[in-house]
Amino acid sequence: MTAPILTLTIDGRQVSGLASETVLQVARENGIAIPTLCFLEGLSAAASCRLCMVELEGSPRLHPACITPIQEGLVVTTQSERLFNYRRAIVQLLFSERNHVCAVCIANGHCELQELAKEFDIDHIAFPCRHPALEVDASHNRFVLDHNRCVLCTRCVRVCDEIEGAHTWDVKNRGIHSQIVADLDTPWGAAATCTGCGKCVHVCPTGALAEKGKSMAEVRQKRPFLPYLVANRAEERK
Amino acid sequence: MQQITIEPVSRIEGHASIRLFLDEDGRVQDARFQVNQFRGFEQFMVGRPFFEMPALTARTCGICPVSHELASAKACDQLLAVTIPAVAAKLRRLLNLAQLIQSHALSFFYLTAPDLLLGMDHPPETRNFFGLAAIDPQFARDGIRLRQFGQQVIERLAGRRVHPSWVAPGGVNSPLSAPAREAMLAELPEIISLIQAHLNRFKQTLDRHQEHIRVFAHFPSLFLGLTNEAGTLEHYDGRLRFINADGAPVADDLDPGAYQQAIGEAVEPWTYLKSTYYLPHGYPQGMYRVGPLARLNLADRCGTELADQHLALFRALASGPALSTFHAHYARLIETLYAAEQIERLLAEPDILDQRVRAVAGVNNLEGVGIAEAPRGTLIHHYKVNEDGLIEWVNLIIATGHNNLAMQRGILQAAQHFLDNATLHEGLLNRIEAVIRTFDPCLACSTHAVGAMPLTIELIGPDGSLIDRIRR
Repeated sequence: MTAPILTLTIDGRQVSGLASETVLQVARENGIAIPTLCFLEGLSAAASCRLCMVELEGSPRLHPACITPIQEGLVVTTQSERLFNYRRAIVQLLFSERNHVCAVCIANGHCELQELAKEFDIDHIAFPCRHPALEVDASHNRFVLDHNRCVLCTRCVRVCDEIEGAHTWDVKNRGIHSQIVADLDTPWGAAATCTGCGKCVHVCPTGALAEKGKSMAEVRQKRPFLPYLVANRAEERK
Repeated sequence: MQQITIEPVSRIEGHASIRLFLDEDGRVQDARFQVNQFRGFEQFMVGRPFFEMPALTARTCGICPVSHELASAKACDQLLAVTIPAVAAKLRRLLNLAQLIQSHALSFFYLTAPDLLLGMDHPPETRNFFGLAAIDPQFARDGIRLRQFGQQVIERLAGRRVHPSWVAPGGVNSPLSAPAREAMLAELPEIISLIQAHLNRFKQTLDRHQEHIRVFAHFPSLFLGLTNEAGTLEHYDGRLRFINADGAPVADDLDPGAYQQAIGEAVEPWTYLKSTYYLPHGYPQGMYRVGPLARLNLADRCGTELADQHLALFRALASGPALSTFHAHYARLIETLYAAEQIERLLAEPDILDQRVRAVAGVNNLEGVGIAEAPRGTLIHHYKVNEDGLIEWVNLIIATGHNNLAMQRGILQAAQHFLDNATLHEGLLNRIEAVIRTFDPCLACSTHAVGAMPLTIELIGPDGSLIDRIRR
């Protein structure tokens, strides 16, 4: 049974989508851009980065487009001064939280966080930077995890769990102390569950996860590979 | 004791002040070249993956990022324990020569020429590159053109002029393209004749600077630099050679990895710039100089036709090594000519467009030393890593650190000559700064300290009281 088709308004445009779809999916199908960071097509939505927040008519609060199902007659605003300032502040807070030094980063020029900073005209950070002393885990023989560049999007956690099925990655601690860990907090190189498939590296939006041996600006992640992988696997299961 | 302080020193790279100590009779007894900023590169690089080091250490300086990248990549090659593809070594060499041209052009045309062409006593408001351009626009244009050429070669090889990310552990990350090669070759004849014209012009003005030659850091010292098996100028590879003031080698064919057997580092409480010295002679007797003057003094010959012709004239200035650092200006121009000729030669090599430009490996050694000749002198990067390839310890020795003792001595010599009584005047200030400029110091690099460049001189009496202060 196919889901019914619903009609809604996004940024003044009449659009329609399946009832099973989210605001983000329908917006993208119609060429309406909503910024995202933790969202990646092919993975479940975590709705944790809050960059895709949109305004819904009749609701005073903001809603994450990646997990908000469409409704008949819904009126959505994806761009407003309020949203711009909100998103801009989020990106600045991400920069202030860890040690993001684009100039010498291996992902310079190929980083989603950097792209967002450009999109929101961020030329300085309005908040005091925390500069935490974080370690680099280079214990794996092929890959490196640099917590200094991590934005805790959890794409690596989800891809490892949902696509590879290994669930090597997880998050320890809470709030500002949260950190990505392998196998209940062991060095990556010692993680028994890691298959070394490298999917986590290719979905990382920044330079936090990378192939070993990359020098400045040499990281080239293949982020759009997931939908193909998901489709092919569904085909196999039939 | 009275004391004079010059702060900040201008038209050099970085922040410094000069203190002149006077005795009871008002004569200069001692001089201190004080570098007052700190950056801490050796500390904050600890814990980073070693393959980031070329890019990270390049950030010590916007003038010589290329030199740091090369010394760093050479140290990393040792951590990988690989022999890099031959063409990668040639491409790195090309990059270093281009760096030499752009930096020497900056030093000579932008920073030094105002003193030489306008005069030491020219009003300071216009004693700069713009003042020079107003009087001799063609000279200024030539300086800009030469620096542009060097920067363009860097861009054509590495993608951008400042802080390119092309040099990598194991080689470089992309081969040279045929159009880039053709473009560079097409410009070289003009560049070579431009450098020759300025070399000839400079040579003719030497008579006017006899007093400066006599007192601008003119004394016996050791000299350090790289040279190779052929005994020619060497900026990328080779082995270390120390010569004495008579030109005789005191240490030759030293493995760069064993630099610590020859070079000691002393720390003084009043400056962030370390002083290096030749270890067997002790501190501070082991004073030595590096840079263009040292390289020309210790190489048997340049190794290119035109530069060797000029080297013969340069050698005729003194019976042994040229001992006045004023001649570093001359040496810089000869090296610039050499670099242009050498670039032409390298670009003509049949394998220069080879596509395989990088060797790949993991950590195979836990310690590596990379040494290259930066425009200002011998540059040493020394790293220790753990089994995962994370940096555990870093030592950087930069040209200006090698020259520190000689700079102090040079300032003292000039101050004793030019300070006639215990009052300060602009001409004195500038002559003392000009001594420092002959060394072309880069304080940002050498202290790994940040800064734009102003200078103050303070005159302090025997009781420690401030007698006079002049600031720009």
